[in-house]
Amino acid sequence: MRAEAQHMTAIEDAALRPLGRAGWAFWLLALGLGALVALGIVAYVYQLRNGLGVTGMSDRVFWGVYTANFVAFIGISYGGAVVSAILRITGAGWRAPITRLAEAMAVFSLAIGALFPIIHLGRPDRVWEMFVHGRLASPLMWDMLAIATYLAATVIFLYLPLIPDIAVCRDRIGSSAGFLRRRLYSLLALGWRGLPQQQRLLKWGTTIMAVLIIPIAISVHSVLAFAFSVTSRAGWHSTIFGPYFVVAALFSGVATVILVVVAFRKAYHLEDYIGEKQIHYLSYIMLALGLLYLYFTFSEFLTEGYALDEETQVLYETLLLKNFAPLFWFFIVGGLIVPLALVALPRTRTIPGIALAAALAVGGMWLKRFLIVVPPLARPLAGSDAVSYNPSWTEAAITIGAAAAIPLTIMLFVRFFPILSIWEMEEVAEEPEIQPETPRGLQAEGRLA
Amino acid sequence: MAEVSDKNDQAAPNQKLSRRRLLKGLGAAGLVAAASGALLPLKDLVAAGDADAEAPNDSDIAKHQWVMVIDLRRCDGCEKCMKGCRREHNLPEGQEWIKTLELEDASGQTYYMPVPCQHCEEPPCVNVCPVGATYKVADGAVLVDQDRCIGCRMCMAACPYDARTFNWDDPPPTDDVMGEPTPEFPVPQQKGTAGKCVLCVHNLRFGKLPACVKACTMRAIYIGDLKTDLATNGKQTVKLSDLLKDNDAFHYKEELNTHPRVYYIAGHGQDS
Repeated sequence: MRAEAQHMTAIEDAALRPLGRAGWAFWLLALGLGALVALGIVAYVYQLRNGLGVTGMSDRVFWGVYTANFVAFIGISYGGAVVSAILRITGAGWRAPITRLAEAMAVFSLAIGALFPIIHLGRPDRVWEMFVHGRLASPLMWDMLAIATYLAATVIFLYLPLIPDIAVCRDRIGSSAGFLRRRLYSLLALGWRGLPQQQRLLKWGTTIMAVLIIPIAISVHSVLAFAFSVTSRAGWHSTIFGPYFVVAALFSGVATVILVVVAFRKAYHLEDYIGEKQIHYLSYIMLALGLLYLYFTFSEFLTEGYALDEETQVLYETLLLKNFAPLFWFFIVGGLIVPLALVALPRTRTIPGIALAAALAVGGMWLKRFLIVVPPLARPLAGSDAVSYNPSWTEAAITIGAAAAIPLTIMLFVRFFPILSIWEMEEVAEEPEIQPETPRGLQAEGRLA
Repeated sequence: MAEVSDKNDQAAPNQKLSRRRLLKGLGAAGLVAAASGALLPLKDLVAAGDADAEAPNDSDIAKHQWVMVIDLRRCDGCEKCMKGCRREHNLPEGQEWIKTLELEDASGQTYYMPVPCQHCEEPPCVNVCPVGATYKVADGAVLVDQDRCIGCRMCMAACPYDARTFNWDDPPPTDDVMGEPTPEFPVPQQKGTAGKCVLCVHNLRFGKLPACVKACTMRAIYIGDLKTDLATNGKQTVKLSDLLKDNDAFHYKEELNTHPRVYYIAGHGQDS
């Protein structure tokens, strides 16, 4: 019993470590990321003042990186939400130390990604028209409703399991802490005392949210896909776009979870709590999803390319052989084959190897979204040549700023809230987990350790 | 869809016309008509626009069902329609509401195809607009309310004809004061909103020809009315149904089921 209590305090200490004094490395990184975010904001103000003419878009390529970012950022958010939800529902004990980071990442990447449809608007001052004159027949209305629902769901999904941990903060915080911070904790802890009744409600709420968030998440990325596939454009008008987008989102999302977990594990020395096991298991999920995505990509290109109507032929020429071929093949090799091989081969399935695979997958999947949006617009049309689309510095700065905002917001989040789900880890520590059958890869790694 | 065969409906505009002290617009119609030497039919065709009504109601507007017929046998690809349209609507550099495509037919001959908005009966652009800023008017034109458009460009994605444009920057300055822009005559346009061919319904309602029809020296573009079953290219006025039937008129991208209001007559400039 005593050892267990010590263990519990150790978890608390580790989880609360980022709340203490931040080192110079934190501030340096936060400053750097903050500067990028500030640059993005400056670029957006510039765009607001001067209109969308400051972008590289044209009447031909009227959707560009903002649309790609919209899909990519919201996609990333999935990994966090859905993986955490599935692991909760299936009672996978190994999830406990990574759910907090995954769920936080889900909220912040979604909140940032949801800005892009507004950044993309010609008249963002008229967003209210969506409420006054909104039409349910429009895929953009589906987007808005689905994203709003999903955002609310991810916030609740992050917050519910956070309540007992906020109570820990409330109880352990010294009087030296600022009044505001103490007030914040006692407010957000909702009077948590760990009573059986409260425990029961919390479990019930978390389970319901975990079940709900899966269909909600699937609906969001499906309707994102529908905004493309309800049109009659070659390359967009595809019946598999819904599930294709969902798998893309999960693949890039799990890769992002891996990056976040690896980075924060190292930065806050959480190796004792987030083991190699967690990262390996995540990499298996990424591998499975990546293979699924490869399969979807193959299905799409085989069926369309075999029938090859005129418009598809023109599109595939630009995409596979001409203007966009370097980007496309970089995506296939660098974004799918190499990362999947890195994870599949035991030799490279190390933490640096997995992190590299995840980084390639995230980058490659952004590129894929760009290739979904732009080439079907830029390709030669009947009677007119291919057009080029070069994102302007405004688009680049806003994109980089938004990308920097994700790690920055998570960094700030763990300055205020426990980075590990303390109560879940304690729960897992109490009841010995039923070990899944050890895959062969893990035995190999057991030898390494 | 408008029914051409409705006899009562065809008669009604004439009676009304004679009762009303017509029209500022009739003057203009008369000029066009006189020039064409086909006074009466043309008057029927273009003059019934309700000039003395401040805001014409739907049933008045619906008395005409506009269509356009583009005779590719006459088009020589001179792009005067594009120029006329640009001038009429004060379009910025690079924005075209009618585009002349250079295409090649199966026999290898080059032909030119002016493509304005097809004013579809089943417009995909209208379906996808999240705020109802684009809509079909009772006379068949598809218009954009630039006071409501949020600039999401979903309509541009949905349009199979790439007929829609976007105002990326401020419109060029207008020379003369034209009053408040309306969906029928969105000049000057608003930055950050979608634009498109308006079928010059502002002209039609006042008995004037669309800018592209007027500008086409090859007389390849007809404006027609399904209700009166007449069509004019500014020089000749012909029976619309005969024009379509006798020349095997077709729609652009017929297979998409958008049911355009623009008809084409196949050819490669051989009559030019």
